[in-house]
Amino acid sequence: MTVSEPRTPHAVSAVTDAGEGTDEERALFESVIADDKRIEPRDWMPSAYRRTLVRQMSQHAHSEIIGMQPEANWITRAPSLKRKAILMAKVQDEAGHGLYLYSATETLGTGRDVLNDQLIQGKARYSSIFNYPAPTWADMGAIGWLVDGAAIVNQVPLCRASFGPYARAMVRICKEESFHQRQGFEILLELMQGTQAQQEMAQDAVNRWFAPSLMMFGPPDAESTNSAQSMAWNIKRFSNDELRQRFVDMLVPQAEVLGITFPDPELAWNEERGHYDFGELDWDEFAEVLAGRGPCNAQRLQRRRDAHNDGAWVREAAAAYARKTAGRAVEGAAA
Amino acid sequence: MSVTDKPVTDKAVTHKPVTDQVENQAVANSSTGQTAVPSTAVAEYALGLGDDALILAQQLGQWISRAPELEEDVALANIALDLLGHARQLLSYAGRAWDKSEDDLAYFRDEPEFRSVHLVEQPNGDFAHTIVRQLIFSSYQFELYSELVKSTDPMIQAIAAKAVKEVDYHRDHAVQWTLRLGIGTDQSHARMATALIDLWPYVDELFHDHAVTKDGKLKSELSGIAVVPSTLRARFDSRTAEVLERAELTAPATFIARGGGRRGVHSEYLGPLLAEMQVLARQHPGASW
Repeated sequence: MTVSEPRTPHAVSAVTDAGEGTDEERALFESVIADDKRIEPRDWMPSAYRRTLVRQMSQHAHSEIIGMQPEANWITRAPSLKRKAILMAKVQDEAGHGLYLYSATETLGTGRDVLNDQLIQGKARYSSIFNYPAPTWADMGAIGWLVDGAAIVNQVPLCRASFGPYARAMVRICKEESFHQRQGFEILLELMQGTQAQQEMAQDAVNRWFAPSLMMFGPPDAESTNSAQSMAWNIKRFSNDELRQRFVDMLVPQAEVLGITFPDPELAWNEERGHYDFGELDWDEFAEVLAGRGPCNAQRLQRRRDAHNDGAWVREAAAAYARKTAGRAVEGAAA
Repeated sequence: MSVTDKPVTDKAVTHKPVTDQVENQAVANSSTGQTAVPSTAVAEYALGLGDDALILAQQLGQWISRAPELEEDVALANIALDLLGHARQLLSYAGRAWDKSEDDLAYFRDEPEFRSVHLVEQPNGDFAHTIVRQLIFSSYQFELYSELVKSTDPMIQAIAAKAVKEVDYHRDHAVQWTLRLGIGTDQSHARMATALIDLWPYVDELFHDHAVTKDGKLKSELSGIAVVPSTLRARFDSRTAEVLERAELTAPATFIARGGGRRGVHSEYLGPLLAEMQVLARQHPGASW
């Protein structure tokens, strides 16, 4: 089948490769995609479609899990008990999202243990944004507002992704993310209405997180290798650049409410386009962080590895207990 | 691997969305005690219970993103959130006696002004230490709140009524893990035995009466309101003995730590814990967040 309109210069026409599955299976898959319906775990699907989803969904899950760290670091130092409770609940939500997404990925036949190994061995990617440090409390605001904000813009279209379990997971996750973004905005609002030191802390955090959050949408369309095929499969609905523009357009009026500025001299309303123009992003930095040379890559992975290794004896004990008590239950039934 | 036999209850594993935090304030705002100002004696009593919950919540918060399994990140965060909720209600109520907010009390008191017991000050250690500490504390707290639901003080009664249900789950979570770690492997058994030896000395202080009694009897200002801790000991002992026996573990015959937390005499661990908790608030006195 063909996509109704080429949405990027790279839009492809074929959603399945010949030589895989029966004609009937391929036709059914193609018709589901053409009708914009959902593929379910037991349906036949092309192996490349399955691979793409496992990669994307597990990267998303890993991002939730690694993304807990910069915020968890502030739980013990949150400046009020109310903020401590909210932050704990937020980081807990992220663990929940990770679990939910790993479970959804398991429906494609790849287990959580395999995915976890890929993560701690450094073979899997997660969102590069979490390799930036969160040195001040205002970073909790900036992460909520900008990072969760960008995540929502990315994820809302995924609620219509063609793979059912992913789409359904995203519906719930997006609801919670929207609270996360509001709490980030509210942290910054409180700081901007506070003392001069608090205002400076807020502005400094936004200065540091603005460009990295824009890079969360991935490389420019012309350089995005996975986009075209994902769009043909109705996994991705909008291009990286379209989503990035949507995010900037959303942010500017919110920044005005906060009384906060962005570190981009080229940021200006373009009447002709009906959008905000913004400056070129530092894609070399993006490539560096992606390649593992960002400020916190090593420590984030090490922390995950430590948690996994330190917990090995606990998981072994739980498994051993399950085996032993299963045996006892059988003995009990026999007696 | 994933732990197929998940030792957490449905309640404990269901994570709390950020919105649920509003619920925790419901008790504090309930009509029964919205403006009631506790007597100094009641406020001091509430402060002790609140400090225990606060310090333990602070400790458990350190596990989030470091737990042995994602389910435990969620479960330990849940328990920490429950305890933090109890602490906020108790500190807010106590604070009315001195015109202090929950944050004034949490962030701007020094170490000797805290009233927490030594057990909750003990470090997280490995997962076995955290579970043993939780088993002891939740078992004690369950008995305590089960009695406080009969308190004649409407705020204490309301807080206990909400908290006792949550603590029942905390205890269940600790019991389930005690069984798994006690019976699971030689290593997990040995770690639990070590944790019991390290933490059992701090059991006794939970049941010290001096903070609420005078001349061997409950202070008159607390009559009908507070519980004499020693009256909870027998039930605590029989319940924990039963759990430990099922887990193939025993309560060690060990020394009894002197305690003193309710008088402001603390272990070495409390100072650094408070330094971390209070650092940002104290850098910006008077600021709101």
